[in-house]
Amino acid sequence: MDIIVCIKQVPNPEHFSKITIDPQKGTIRREGIPAVVNPLDRHALEEALRIRERFSGKVTAISMGPPQAREALEEALAMGIDDAVLLCDRAFAGADTLATAYALAGAIKKLGKFDLVLCGNETVDGATGQVGPQVAELLGVGHVTYVNKVEFVDGESLIATRTIERGCLKVKVRLPALLAVVREINKFRLPTALSIIEATKKEIKTWTNKDIGAREETIGLSGSPTQVTGGFKLELKRKCEILDDSPEVMAKEAVEKLRELGAI
Amino acid sequence: MMNEVWIWAEQRGGRLLGISLELLNKGLELSNELKAELAAILIGDRAQNLAQELIAYGAGKIYLIEDPKLKLYQSDIYARIMAGLIEQHKPQILLLGGTAIGMDLAPRVAAKVKTGLTAHCVDLYIEEINNNPCLVAVVPGFGGNLMVKIVCPQQRPQMATVKPGVMEMPSRNEKRAGQIMKVEAQIKDEEFKCQTIEMVEQEPTGVPLEESAVVVAGGWGLNSAGGFKLVEELAEVLGGAVAGTRPAVDAGWISEEQMLGSSGKTISPRLLISIGASGQMHFTTGFLKSKVIVAINNNPKSPIFEVCDIGLVGDLRKIVPCLVEDISSRAPRTHRRADFSSSIPASR
Repeated sequence: MDIIVCIKQVPNPEHFSKITIDPQKGTIRREGIPAVVNPLDRHALEEALRIRERFSGKVTAISMGPPQAREALEEALAMGIDDAVLLCDRAFAGADTLATAYALAGAIKKLGKFDLVLCGNETVDGATGQVGPQVAELLGVGHVTYVNKVEFVDGESLIATRTIERGCLKVKVRLPALLAVVREINKFRLPTALSIIEATKKEIKTWTNKDIGAREETIGLSGSPTQVTGGFKLELKRKCEILDDSPEVMAKEAVEKLRELGAI
Repeated sequence: MMNEVWIWAEQRGGRLLGISLELLNKGLELSNELKAELAAILIGDRAQNLAQELIAYGAGKIYLIEDPKLKLYQSDIYARIMAGLIEQHKPQILLLGGTAIGMDLAPRVAAKVKTGLTAHCVDLYIEEINNNPCLVAVVPGFGGNLMVKIVCPQQRPQMATVKPGVMEMPSRNEKRAGQIMKVEAQIKDEEFKCQTIEMVEQEPTGVPLEESAVVVAGGWGLNSAGGFKLVEELAEVLGGAVAGTRPAVDAGWISEEQMLGSSGKTISPRLLISIGASGQMHFTTGFLKSKVIVAINNNPKSPIFEVCDIGLVGDLRKIVPCLVEDISSRAPRTHRRADFSSSIPASR
């Protein structure tokens, strides 16, 4: 079973409050924010490793990003995957979800034969959950999102359970396919001292657009149908009456105000 | 190009989801602005009665695709049908609900027709950009109270997903007339790459979060109190529901279904009390339209205090028990329950 896992390096969610918008350029400033592997992508890596342990095969992680996104691939290697590819090229910069999907799909095609593509259902930064299904479409394979359980029928098909509001769907999946997973699917392993040492022996390939040969008009900013036209601070017409007193006094005062407002 | 604004009307088990109607309301506003017709795409098995419902709620035209094989959501076929209709009719705008299924279908369709798609929109309006009327999608940015405006100037349709509860419900008018266009699905069995074989739906337990008049929501700050007990106690005396942040879900204090914010639910109760949450936009965007917001947190500089009506600064372990005691002492339980049972949920 050959599995490809798409991962992303994201700003640590605990530091989101430090991200600001450049007032002149209207662009997002995220300098100095520590980066981590997108949490759901770790579950995708874990699921790939479990499938490999059962059926044997190879797990390759790919990530698109700036040079420091190598760190995410280093972590994936330390978890025990076989191979890692970093898609790093200025031509990929400024991509929206469709342009990102073109680059990832291009890299997957270049890797050749695969049975499964796995990814986290969404990232903590963009949180759109759009890239997975778009990669599947560009590869011409089926996809299932919000996957919390995978049961193999045989080497060619599996049953994926995916959550919906107050329930689930059971989906029969013909391989090859793309599955976007949620945290309930597994508990991911942590790298061990040994696996970290093993990982340092593996090489991370770096590919530019020359390597994958995607048409320029499909990738990066020029391949992005959507554009950010600006940011603004939300005007909130809230009273913001801040109480700072003893707990008893504050509680009494708050309850009285809520009664006046008809809220309780 | 047809001058049409489209929405996808999602049905499950022959029931129309509320989000489909909310999209019609926004769709009507956008189509009036563009002097365009509002149409709904409805896919299912024997869905004629749902088509009539959609017309009563404002759709001028329904593209109706009925087939027993389409009773359950089928990603391959639904996406192929929708992309086919888009290629044929070239609508200006296509809105889908940000449900677990809408979020699965929308990106696949956008990639098929090579257009732009924006998720988690909290506002949608038309703005002229270089004499080109464009759909502006407003989405929450990182942290603080930053909002980001996204457009899709060249490609059509301009696609967006909106979570349930963000837009208002339209009014129903049975006298509205509309046209139903039947479209053949023409399904071939080999088309199914991923085939939904079963849908399991749980019966809802208790009052759904979206319909509760009072909601008490907790964040990571509850860690100091060892969990959600205080939140539950306050919700209990107020007859309200319990909700929380992503970190509260991760800590195992609440279920994913109870999460508020951009990757969770959007609600607008009469009273929202936030406890031990700093107030990241990803969280607060889930309840900004609440009638009254109360915040309790120890750090006076937390952004939560910028989005509240009443803020209580201090140790939640001391403040919440005082609130519980104060509220319980003022009115006997039975009275309060009776009061709440007669109240209607805010703005829904």
